[in-house]
Parts: sequence; structure tokens; C-alpha cells
Amino acid sequence: MTTVEPMTASALQAAERPQRFGALYIAEHQLRAMRAYGWTIVVSSVGSPLVYLLGIGLGLAAFIDQPVASGPAGPVDYVWFVAPALLVAAAVGVATEEFTYVVMAGFRWRRIFWGMNASPVSPEQICSGLVLSVAARMLFTTAVYYALVVAFGAVGNPWAGLAMPFVGLLAGLAFGLPLLAYSATLTEDGGQFAVVQRFIFTPLFLFSGTFYPLDSVPVGLQWIGWISPLWHASELGRQLSYGSTPGGWPWVAHLAVLLVMAGVGWVLARRTFVRRLRG
Amino acid sequence: MSAPVIAAEGLTKTYGSLTAVAGIDFEVPPGESFGLLGPNGAGKSTTMRMVGAVSSRSAGTLRVLGLDPDTHGPAIRSQLGVVPQEDNLDTELRVRDNLIVYGRYFGIPRRTCATRADELLEFAQLADKARSKVDDLSGGMKRRLTIARALINEPRILMLDEPTTGLDPQARHVLWDRLFRLKERGTTLVLTTHYMDEAEQLCDRLVVVDHGKIMAEGSPSALIRQYSSREVVELRFGSERNAPRRRGSRERRSASRCCPTGCCSTRTTARRSSSTSPPRVCTPPRAWCGAPRSRTCSFGSRGGA
Repeated sequence: MTTVEPMTASALQAAERPQRFGALYIAEHQLRAMRAYGWTIVVSSVGSPLVYLLGIGLGLAAFIDQPVASGPAGPVDYVWFVAPALLVAAAVGVATEEFTYVVMAGFRWRRIFWGMNASPVSPEQICSGLVLSVAARMLFTTAVYYALVVAFGAVGNPWAGLAMPFVGLLAGLAFGLPLLAYSATLTEDGGQFAVVQRFIFTPLFLFSGTFYPLDSVPVGLQWIGWISPLWHASELGRQLSYGSTPGGWPWVAHLAVLLVMAGVGWVLARRTFVRRLRG
Repeated sequence: MSAPVIAAEGLTKTYGSLTAVAGIDFEVPPGESFGLLGPNGAGKSTTMRMVGAVSSRSAGTLRVLGLDPDTHGPAIRSQLGVVPQEDNLDTELRVRDNLIVYGRYFGIPRRTCATRADELLEFAQLADKARSKVDDLSGGMKRRLTIARALINEPRILMLDEPTTGLDPQARHVLWDRLFRLKERGTTLVLTTHYMDEAEQLCDRLVVVDHGKIMAEGSPSALIRQYSSREVVELRFGSERNAPRRRGSRERRSASRCCPTGCCSTRTTARRSSSTSPPRVCTPPRAWCGAPRSRTCSFGSRGGA
């Protein structure tokens, strides 16, 4: 009787690469799929900062006489204040798009996650690969944004500001990973994603100290900023651009909040993928 | 004699109080084409998911290529090709790219993936569609592409879950032809199906599953010999409008056959469309309608019955 041992050995060997690089293979697939709407990504990545920086930097800022924010060296230009927040919001916008409908498509509409699931890659790797691909898109978006911020002179210290795209990426993950964990639990889209867009992302964008300092809003609304990755990341970006605002939170605190949000979301999202795909 | 590539003993899967698979035993030697035949909800797909190392078993033992799927899932899946019940091709990628990205999941270098993709598109008779969008393919083409995708890692075992469900007869025959070629090459096939004719075409051996249990086991020809009669009587109690066309008895040729579990019972169960229909009921035959022939008698009733 012939044995299966040679087959067993070759199976164990064949699984080594996917077990090591599975997440990268998934990311490669997702990035290839993004080429289907690649022009949308490029146009929105360039067009959105252009519109905002032109509209606010050259338009709205011209009407603001009083300085709204200060750095260690005194009041700063309004466009310096607002640019880091706009960059961060762009990354969060990408997260809102990629961690909702794309997840629903993967599980239900196109069912591609089930196809991946039948291969040697694990559900955790599928989750990680998706996150990697979205992170790549967010980093592209924030890098383009930062280049335009520099071109518009909307940053105090352009060298320190080079870290700003990564702050945007962290904000996108801090907002996006908990959202991914939630999206992965949904079996159909009953309008939940529209609610996320209109009643979570938009209020956070408006009330997270994006266009004016958080302490200028009523105390009763300031908690929105405290729980908002947008505010924490915007403050980090501002500190990179023109230094700490007197009396503000230390940068370590902002960074810690963002890391905790992203970390908790990461753990929950991976668990949800395992539960869903290995049921 | 070869050791089995799949060996299940007392294989059980429960979801809460529901028992989907109730302790089944089977073995599949290398190179065999093995079928699971049964109606919807019989436990075929659940069994496939356990063998495919994507669902853990509740009880029993299971070895695939000598490995336990619960502990060596990635190793087992690296040797499987899986054709799911529902197509899950990536519609945002072109036909050829679907094969290439899937090959990458197995750690296959890009260049090798590309070479194999071209060979498999030839095999699946889709070479001229390589640059097409997946959405532009017909249902049969999509199934063939899914099979081609499942072969990108040169699997030792190809698992097909209801591969021809929803296809027209011509597309089914093209697909059978491709699968038959794989069988001839010595690929181990494990497939589920509702259709006895499909099992007869493709399987060396099959088990008939219902309610999570194995009801019969053997080669298709042996099962037909053991359980079938040459004719089956099919009685329908319909309305007056439809009755004349079927009135009287006449023979009708059919390739369908009925299994002992009643999974094909539409051809053997008398149906009544009204309580005023004559109370004549045809019980489903205990044996299979192995002969490709059935006798149909229709009973019309007056007054729109």
C-alpha cells in the first residue's frame, strides 16, 4: 500500500510561502483591482486638495482677520491651521470608502473573500491584505495632498511636515479599522454605510476642530473631538507644521489615542473575518 | 493499493441543535472521481467545507493527504482546487488576471502564474476571452473559468460543489468534457451534485447523502442496478386546461433518474392542484428509475380543479 507521506510533505512545504506572505498576495490582488477605478483615485487625490486649498487658503482665509490659532512663535496663518486637518480628513475619507462597500463586495456582492478563503491564506491574512492595500491608497492620497500643501505654502516647517502623510495614514486606520470590523459583520447593506458617511464621518469632519480650534466650540460638543481620530491626527499634524499650541495636549497623548483606536479596530476586524469565513 | 487522500470516519458537523452532517464515513483513493449525491440541505456542501479545511468538524476524524484540516488547513488548501457553488470571480479584473492573482495566493511566482494562466485558458476554451471582462462571459464560461482558476496550483484534489447547477444543457456537456479530461489525467475529483446523470458521467464511485447521513454507496452503475427499475410511473393531477395535452398514457424519454432518497422526486411524486382532484396518489417508487424512460399519466379534473 502506497502511503500519503510524500503528498503530506509536499503540502507542508507548499504552505510555507503563503503562510509567510499571504497578506501581501491579498494586497497585490486588491491593488490590481483598484486599477479598475484608478483614474477616480488619482483625480480625487489631486482634485480634492486643490479645491480645498484654493477655496480655503485663497478664498476663506482672505476674510479672516483674526488669527484662529497660535504656535509657540505666536499666531499662525489660517491655511497653516487648516491644511493638516484637510489632509487627515482625506485619508479618513478613503477609509470610509474602502472599508465599507469594498468589504460588502468581498463578502457578499462579488464574494471574492470566499475565493481567497479556499486558498492557503488565512482569514487574518485576508483582513491584513485588505488593510495593507487600503493603507497604500491612503498613503498615496496623503503624499499627494502634502505635496500640494507644500506647493501652496500651507505648512510652517516643510521638513518636519514630511511625517504628515503618515499621520494621515494613522488617522485613516484609527477611524477605518473599527469601521472595517463593523462592516465585516454585515450580511447586507441596509443603508448602514450611508449612515456612517452622513452621521459619523461628516459630523466628525465638522466638529473635530477642522476649521476652527476645538476649544472654541461649546464644552458640550468638545467630546466629539476627544473621541475623534480626526482631531487627534489634525493636532499632531499641526504640531509637525508649526509646533505645539500653548495649553494643548502633548503629542504623545494624541499619538497614543490614535494607536489604541487602530489597535482595537485591528484586533476586532481580524476576529470578525475569522468568525465569518471559518463558520 | 494506494492510501486514501481523503479519509473520514464518524464525520459530524453541528450548528447548535442542527446536525448538518451526522457521522459519515468515506474514503477517497488518489485518482478516483468521487461524488456526493443528494438533495439541497443534505449536508454535501458542509462536508465539502470540512474537507476543504475551511470549516472545523464537530466530531469524528478527518484526514486529507494525511493531515488534519483543523490543524493543517493552509497545507491542505495548498493542494486543493476548489470550485464553489456560486462563482466568486473578481469582476473588476480581466479573465486572465483572475487566474494570475489567484495563483499568487499559493505563493506561485508571477511568471509561472502567467504561463499556467495561458495554458489553462486554452484548456477551458477561453483563450480568446483572456482580455475580456468577467461580466461579459456567459454562465458556462464563468464556470469554466472558475475551474481553470481552481487548477492554477496544479492541485492533487479538485473539489467541485454542484459544478453545473444553473447551466444550460450544452454548457453542461462542455463542462463535463473538461472534467472528464481532468479525470483521465488522474486528477482526484470530489464533486457534489443533485443530478444522477452528472454523477454517472463523472464519478467512479459515489455516496448518496440525505439528512447528513449516507443512504447508499457504490459505483453509479452498481447503484442503478441495485436500486432502479426500468420504468417509473409519474402521475400528475392537474387542471382541465393542461389535462388534454397529457391525457392518457404515453411514454416520454428522459435522461433524469431518481435516487432512493427522493432527491429527484419531482418526477415521481404525484401532485394535486386542488382538493377536488381525484384522490388517487402515486407513491414515489422505492427504486430508482434507472432506465431512461418514464410513463406519465395525467388526470385532469373538471371545473378548474
